[in-house]
Amino acid sequence: MRVGDLSPAEVRARLAGDGLRIAAGPFHCRLQSDIGDIADELARLYAHHPLLDDGEFIDFHVSVQPGHGIRRWLRPQARFAVDAVEPFTPLPRAQALPMLEWGLNWCITAYSQHLLIIHAAAVARDGRAAILPAPPGSGKSTLCAALVNRGWQLLSDELTLVRLDTGEIMGLARPVNLKNASIDIIRDYAPEAFLSHPVRDTTKGTVALMAPPQASVEAVGEWARPAWMVLPRYRAGTPPTLTQMGSGAAFLQIADNAMNYHLLGSRGFAAVGQLVDRCRSYSFEYSRLDDAIETFDRLAADGGNEAR
Amino acid sequence: MSLLVSVLREPAAIRSLDGRAWDLLIRQARHANLLGRLHYRLADAGLGAAVPAHPRSHLQSGAAMAEAQHHSIRREIRHLRQTLDAHGIPLILLKGAAYVAAGLPAARGRLFADVDILLPQERLADAESALMVHGWVSSSTDAYDQRYYRRWMHELPALRHLFRGSVLDVHHTILPPTARLKPDPRLLIEASIPVPGLAGVRTLALPDLILHSACHLFHEGEPDNLLRDLTDLDLLLRQLAREDAAWDALLDRADRLQLVGPLRLALRYCQRILDTPMPERIIARSGCQAGGGAGQRLLDVIYTRVLRPQHPSTADFFTPLARRSLYIRAHWLRMPPLLLAYHLAHKALFPPTPETRPLSNEKIDPKDRA
Repeated sequence: MRVGDLSPAEVRARLAGDGLRIAAGPFHCRLQSDIGDIADELARLYAHHPLLDDGEFIDFHVSVQPGHGIRRWLRPQARFAVDAVEPFTPLPRAQALPMLEWGLNWCITAYSQHLLIIHAAAVARDGRAAILPAPPGSGKSTLCAALVNRGWQLLSDELTLVRLDTGEIMGLARPVNLKNASIDIIRDYAPEAFLSHPVRDTTKGTVALMAPPQASVEAVGEWARPAWMVLPRYRAGTPPTLTQMGSGAAFLQIADNAMNYHLLGSRGFAAVGQLVDRCRSYSFEYSRLDDAIETFDRLAADGGNEAR
Repeated sequence: MSLLVSVLREPAAIRSLDGRAWDLLIRQARHANLLGRLHYRLADAGLGAAVPAHPRSHLQSGAAMAEAQHHSIRREIRHLRQTLDAHGIPLILLKGAAYVAAGLPAARGRLFADVDILLPQERLADAESALMVHGWVSSSTDAYDQRYYRRWMHELPALRHLFRGSVLDVHHTILPPTARLKPDPRLLIEASIPVPGLAGVRTLALPDLILHSACHLFHEGEPDNLLRDLTDLDLLLRQLAREDAAWDALLDRADRLQLVGPLRLALRYCQRILDTPMPERIIARSGCQAGGGAGQRLLDVIYTRVLRPQHPSTADFFTPLARRSLYIRAHWLRMPPLLLAYHLAHKALFPPTPETRPLSNEKIDPKDRA
C-alpha cells in the first residue's frame, strides 16, 4: 500500500491518530499532526511512498503540533517534536509543512553518524550518481528539480547519504525544497509536477515543496555508485561551461559540505577520499535549465568515471 | 523493568525482540544517552550480528558519536595539560574524562559533553586566570549564578572555550562545601594516580572514581542521565571486582571520606537494577540491601522511577513527582535549610529559560546529544 491509496480522510485520521507510517528511502518515519491543513498536501507529496505495517521498526517518530494554550489561536504556532523531544523553537503555524520537512532533515543529520552526510543534492542515471554540493543560492535545488523532471532519478535534494562501507549513495526521494524565484521557474519548467502552496516569510524566504517523481520513489532502494561531483552555479546570461576540478579542490568541496565530516574523524577522511577517487569533478556555470540538462545528459552518455 | 534495563542485564534477550520491541529499545536508549553503550554491550556479548539493520544503524550512530566525543575530550586534555602545566598546577581528571584518559571499560560508548577536573582550592584563582588567558570563559552571565557557584558550590560556573566550544567544569572538591557530607578533597588529590602514557595527567584512583560517581548520582537533581551514571557505576564496580580485597578497601575508603551513605545507595541500586555482582560480606557490611525505615522506602519509590530511561514509555503516575522530589532532595542535601529556601525562592522568581534553538541546517556538533 502507498500513501496515495488512502483517502484524504484516512490520511488526516492517521496523522491525528497513531500516525502515518511511511518509508522514505532507508528511513522509516511515523508522522503525526493535529494540524489538519497540512494533510492533503502531505498526502500528495508522499503519494508514492510505501506505507509501513504497525509492527515495523520506526527510525523517526516525528510530529508537528499546534502551539499550547493560547498559542493555538493567537499568532498560532507549529511545534516540531521527535519522540517527545522538541529540539527547535516553534514556528508560525503556516510553516507547519516545511517545518516537518526540515525537522526530518534534522533527524537524519543528527541520528545517522553511521553514514557520511553531505549537504548536497544527488541525482542518478543508470545507477551512477551525480553529487551537487553547493552553498544556498547557487541554484542547486532548482537544477536538481529540473533534472529529476527530465529523466534523472532523484536521490535527494538536500542530504546526500554515503555508505561508509561500500561508498554507495542511498536514495531518499523526499520532496524537493524550492525557494523564492525557483518556485515559478519549476512551475513553468515542469507543469506536471505537484508543488505545495508557497509559504512566505520563512527563514529561507518563500518556500514550496515539489513531490518527487513516481519513478524516483519506486527506485529508491537501488543505491547508486558515485560518478560525478558537479558544483553548479547559476549566472544570468552565461553559456553552459563545465570546468574540470582538481581532486584536491574537489576533496575540500565535499569535506566542507559534509555535515558530519569532523565527527567521523579518520573514517570521514577515508570516505571523502574514496568519493573523490570515484568521481569526475567539475564546476559548472549555466543560465538556462535546458543547457544544464543537455550537459548532464552528455556526462551520462560519456559513461562517468568507471575506468579509474 | 524497562526493556532497556532488561537488555543491559541480559543482552541475549534481544534474540526474541520483534520490530516494535526494537523500536522501543532504541528510543529508550536514546533518551537515556545509552545508545553507544548498548552498542558495545551487545557487541561484547557477541550479539552484534543478531541486531537487525535499522536498529543497528542507530547503535552504530550512537557509538560513532561517543567516539567523536572521546576524540575531542582527549584533545582537550592535551590543551589543559599545557595550560595548567605552565603554572605548575596538577591536572586531575574526574568522571567521563578520567574514564576515557585511563581507557577504563566505563568509557566504552559513553556519551558526555564536558571535561571535569579537580584542583587544590588554593590554586583555583591561578587556574581560572590561566584558563581564561587560553580562551576559557565563564558560560554563565547571570550574576546570581556566578555568586551561587563561587560562594556555595564545589565547582566554578562551567567554562566554555571561545573557539572550540568545549565545556569545562573546574572542581575544588566533589560535594558543595554547604553539603552535610564533607569529603576531604586533599585525600582525593593525594591518592590520585598518573595516567600511563600521558605524562602530567592524573585521574582519581578507582575507589575514589566510584565514590565520586556515587556522590554525583545521589546528590544531583538532574534525572536524564541517572541511568547512564548507574551503568558507569556498574562498569566501575565490575572492574573493581577483579580483585576481591578491593571491595573491603572501597568500604574503608568510603568511611574515611564520609561517603558511606552514597556508596550504600550506589551498591543497593546497582545490584537491584543492573544485577551488579558483589560479595555477600560486602552486602552485609554495607547494609546496602537492608529494608530500612520509611526514609529508605521513600528513596526506593523515587529512585526506582528516576533510574529508568526517562522516556514516556517508562513513566507512570508517580514519575513526575519522583523527578520533582529528586530535585528537592538534591538541593536539601546540598545546602542548609535557610540557604535552600533562599535559593529555591530565587529560582521560582527568576526561572531559567529553557534551551531551544532556531531550526537550521547547521552542522552536527559532536557535543550534541545523540
